[in-house]
Amino acid sequence: MEFTGKTWKFGDNINTDLILPGRAQLFTEAEQFRCVFEGNRPGWIDEVASGDVLIGGHNFGMGSSRPAARSLRNTGLACMVAESINGLFYRNCVNWGFLALECDGISTAFEEGDEAKVSFEDFTVNNSRTGDILQSRLVPDILFNTMKAGGVLPLLEAEGLIAAAE
Amino acid sequence: MGMTAIEKILAKNSGQELVKPGDLVVVKVGTAVLYDNNFVPSIWRDILKVYDPERVVVVFDHRVPAKDIISATAQKTGRDFVKKFNIERFHDVGAKQGISHVLVAEHGYALPGSVLVCGDSHTCSAGVFNCAARGTGAPDMFYAVTKGETWFRVGETIRYDFEGTLKSPVSMKDVFLHIADTYGSHANQNVEFGGGALPSLSINARRTMTTMCAELSAEFATFEPDDVMLDYVRERNPAPFEAQYPDEDANYLARRTINLDKMEPLVALPDTVLENSQKVGDVAGTHIDQAFIGSCANGTLDDFAAAAAVLKGNKVASNVRLLVTPGTQNIYLEALRHGYIETLIEAGAVVTNATCGACGGGHLGVLAAGESCITASTRNFKGRMGDPDSKVYMGSPATVAASAIKGTIADPRDFVN
Repeated sequence: MEFTGKTWKFGDNINTDLILPGRAQLFTEAEQFRCVFEGNRPGWIDEVASGDVLIGGHNFGMGSSRPAARSLRNTGLACMVAESINGLFYRNCVNWGFLALECDGISTAFEEGDEAKVSFEDFTVNNSRTGDILQSRLVPDILFNTMKAGGVLPLLEAEGLIAAAE
Repeated sequence: MGMTAIEKILAKNSGQELVKPGDLVVVKVGTAVLYDNNFVPSIWRDILKVYDPERVVVVFDHRVPAKDIISATAQKTGRDFVKKFNIERFHDVGAKQGISHVLVAEHGYALPGSVLVCGDSHTCSAGVFNCAARGTGAPDMFYAVTKGETWFRVGETIRYDFEGTLKSPVSMKDVFLHIADTYGSHANQNVEFGGGALPSLSINARRTMTTMCAELSAEFATFEPDDVMLDYVRERNPAPFEAQYPDEDANYLARRTINLDKMEPLVALPDTVLENSQKVGDVAGTHIDQAFIGSCANGTLDDFAAAAAVLKGNKVASNVRLLVTPGTQNIYLEALRHGYIETLIEAGAVVTNATCGACGGGHLGVLAAGESCITASTRNFKGRMGDPDSKVYMGSPATVAASAIKGTIADPRDFVN
């Protein structure tokens, strides 16, 4: 599994209220992702394209438990690579099926707009412009398999524990 | 090798002898708390099997009573779920209404040495009871409720020892702001609290600290057990438990002592509490439009007492809206019996029913663009309490009350000794 896409860069401590504002909490899933980053980067949602890659700083996704990772996934982003991911947000990436890696030095290795090749075979990130290859932290199988499967809900559905999505 | 308190709790509940930083553990969930946000139409999936209904608690807190049709629909779905699986520990709109984390404390749901999960980020609140309590996402909650287990990544632990005595009106909120200002983010780390000052700190005060640890991005916040805490739980829940004490040779990433005598009122500036606070005197005079006291961190009887002590005989400034929201209806009733509610209303405050309310910008006090609020609640992110162009300062309940009187950010020591 490998993705090649244009990168969008965000800084440290990007919080969940920026990713998914409180005012959108009761919106439908389709309405929610239209609000992503409206407070800190208005208009971004119209610029991001399917298959793009988000480059994040430290403690990406700090804050609340809201389904912000699902909204990022729904923007069409192929995946995210951040210096570090907030613990709660990481859970949500795994469980909503949004592919996310933690990688030291990623935010200095990329300028916005650079093309990234992200491999989920060996968890490396390649900058096509500079040729730099960075090694991300490995993701334990149990978590990666859930992430890859689209999150925990399809697994619970398959086991007959929750109803199928309408 | 010794273990910290949280490592011992995680070891016990994952059936292992030893747990260390870097491990991924699968643990039994003792208590799973579902709340109204889980039942919202864009989130909820009908649960077909519940692992153990006696381990489940259901609370409506973010938007109670229902503020609109979607909130009402979510609560109706929640009631149907409770009925279908005969969930006994259910907190609907009414006498048992309140914010989940405050109810967990009030009813002794978080047993020392156990694991508790809830789909709200401030679940770390219950760490005050020596419980591995963590906020998770909604899918985690479906997993925990149906399978009775969950996973955690184990981080390093930072130990804080409290020494000395807090001098009113300085409160644990100020102590928290000091820690957040001095040490910044604790992402992927656990925090453990103890020290000689523990017996002098009420459960409410300690719980303000553990609740706010979500703002440090901590994984777990755990207090070392003491008699005050153990008696508090036993008075509320007859179930047996095994509290977990840190080993003497536990391995901490850092050990820091906080001298409570030296604490003073602080105010966090808008957008984050991390390395972003000033002494109240340095921001005194800053314009505010709204003042709020409430949330899972500061909706306790202690907080009502602190606010009433400042507001007694004073009036809220004409340019300010002071909103006070109790953590539970039971706290509301206790505050009424103590005369605090009368003092607050006479001063010009609006006291609302128990709910998360203005803290999350959901209802009961939303900010417009260009407005500023000083809050004793949980979070001051950009846009947290309303429009992205509103500002949220954070202080203790006493500081918020003093600011409401002055009409600008003010020092509570100007009103009480």
